[in-house]
Amino acid sequence: MKPVNQKAWLLILPVIVCVAFSAILPLMTVVNYSVQDIISPERRVFVGTEWFKSVMRDDDLQGALLRQIGFSLSVLLVEIPLGILLALSMPASGWKASAVLVLVAISLLIPWNVVGTIWQIYGRADIGLLGASLARLGFDYSYTGNATHAWLTVLLMDVWHWTPLVALLCYAGLRAIPDAYYQAASIDGASKLAVFRFIQLPKLRGVLMIAVLLRFMDSFMIYTEPFVLTGGGPGNATTFLSQYLTQKAVGQFDLGPAAAFSLIYFLIILLLCFILYNWMQRVGTADKEPGHG
Amino acid sequence: MDERRWKKRSVFLLLYLVFAILPVYWMVNMSFKTNEEILSLFSFWPRDFTWDNYRVIFTDASWYSGYINSMIYVAINTVISLLVALPAAYAFSRYRFLGDKHVFFWLLTNRMTPPAVFLLPFFQLYTTLGLMDTHLAVALAHLVFNVPLAVWILEGFMSGIPREIDETAYIDGYSFPRFFLTIFIPLIKAGVGVAAFFCFMFSWVELLMARTLTSVNAKPIVAVMTRTVSASGMDWGVLAAAGVLTIVPGAIVIWFVRHYIAKGFAMGRV
Repeated sequence: MKPVNQKAWLLILPVIVCVAFSAILPLMTVVNYSVQDIISPERRVFVGTEWFKSVMRDDDLQGALLRQIGFSLSVLLVEIPLGILLALSMPASGWKASAVLVLVAISLLIPWNVVGTIWQIYGRADIGLLGASLARLGFDYSYTGNATHAWLTVLLMDVWHWTPLVALLCYAGLRAIPDAYYQAASIDGASKLAVFRFIQLPKLRGVLMIAVLLRFMDSFMIYTEPFVLTGGGPGNATTFLSQYLTQKAVGQFDLGPAAAFSLIYFLIILLLCFILYNWMQRVGTADKEPGHG
Repeated sequence: MDERRWKKRSVFLLLYLVFAILPVYWMVNMSFKTNEEILSLFSFWPRDFTWDNYRVIFTDASWYSGYINSMIYVAINTVISLLVALPAAYAFSRYRFLGDKHVFFWLLTNRMTPPAVFLLPFFQLYTTLGLMDTHLAVALAHLVFNVPLAVWILEGFMSGIPREIDETAYIDGYSFPRFFLTIFIPLIKAGVGVAAFFCFMFSWVELLMARTLTSVNAKPIVAVMTRTVSASGMDWGVLAAAGVLTIVPGAIVIWFVRHYIAKGFAMGRV
């Protein structure tokens, strides 16, 4: 058991100051916007919770929210298993491990607007490799014309872009498992699947927690990549929440409703992350050996 | 049996690497083509090989200063993130105190603010402070998402180090700062490497805040790249060359921290 020490607050004080400076002040400003009708910088009217009510009733927003939840769930369902699988198949040591690490990490290092631009060309049927290959195989593929294709392309782009994050975290987690565990398992004659289920997966719980939370919140706020690739279209097939929000805030200069919207947006992410966090902690402690932690 | 299993894994790995590399290859391929060739011809390699796109970037100050600006604020951000996160992660991994679990989760909630509307308050805040268009402004703004992540990652590494080590050091008469700097930090070098890589990466690729808080003097490369749209349409070749060059610094960083990642970390508490 860790000792109680209130002086530990002094150690975390710098973090709180740094984060609060750039988080709480802007958050308060947004709260301030959300209860006013801002006609011009000089003319503001207090409107109370009116914007919150109208935002909650907005049909377009509900559509965007549903699309968003569907997208984020798909992202998690594809990227987490794929990332674990990738981490399991990466070599453990030697020059091959270094080379694979660098190759896998490359997509993470590309600025987000460039990611969108690459896929914009890559998916074109006339000059892009992906589009041309699909066209050659006989698919009538067009991410600008067909809503399903557009959605799948955004998903594929996200899988390409972010699976390495899950893989790197899991890889680091796997390397930390002492050999003694594997030796014990092989003496018991455990199958590969049993080793994964009872040794590797429990040991990966911590890193998977970070991976799931990061992927969830980042995919929930995805903006730049689909904006560059599809511009939210065709129709509104790939207009996710943050894009809808930007249309409102920047396009229509509706600062009040946009602020109310982003607060609700923030609370949704917060709530879902909180549920995920607690659920993963409970699942983890259920099969954790006693006396640990 | 094991042999076959190993083969299946290598095949999967190879397939994934192909999937991962092809879009990047396509960008590299484009960066050596002229704009006419990019838009008119489907080809696996440049027919009309040219260095012109790279020449544009290396001779035009508005392009290459973008890289320098990005590197400056990313470096400032990574250093500040690690400096404040190290003691905090130590506190979280070693002690219980009032509200520890809440603060730990609250830190992460700061990554969850949708940027679109929060950009305006950021703009106002940094204008009021007179920090607009400085590297420091972007570095400070990026702390919002990097510090929480650094704390979470470092806390995981630190929880893997037995507490007996701290206690022995105190009995031997080490003061806290001396113990922390000379004994503890070397023990979690791997964690510092991994955290530094993630801070570097997230700060390097972030576009919206960096673009909002800068105009000329500190304009980052990601923002410079958004203006390749000109009267004659997109300048795809230069954009691709710039994209290829954005990968280089990160690839160097990951090359240096690869051993730390390969060394692994088990998250103790979380």
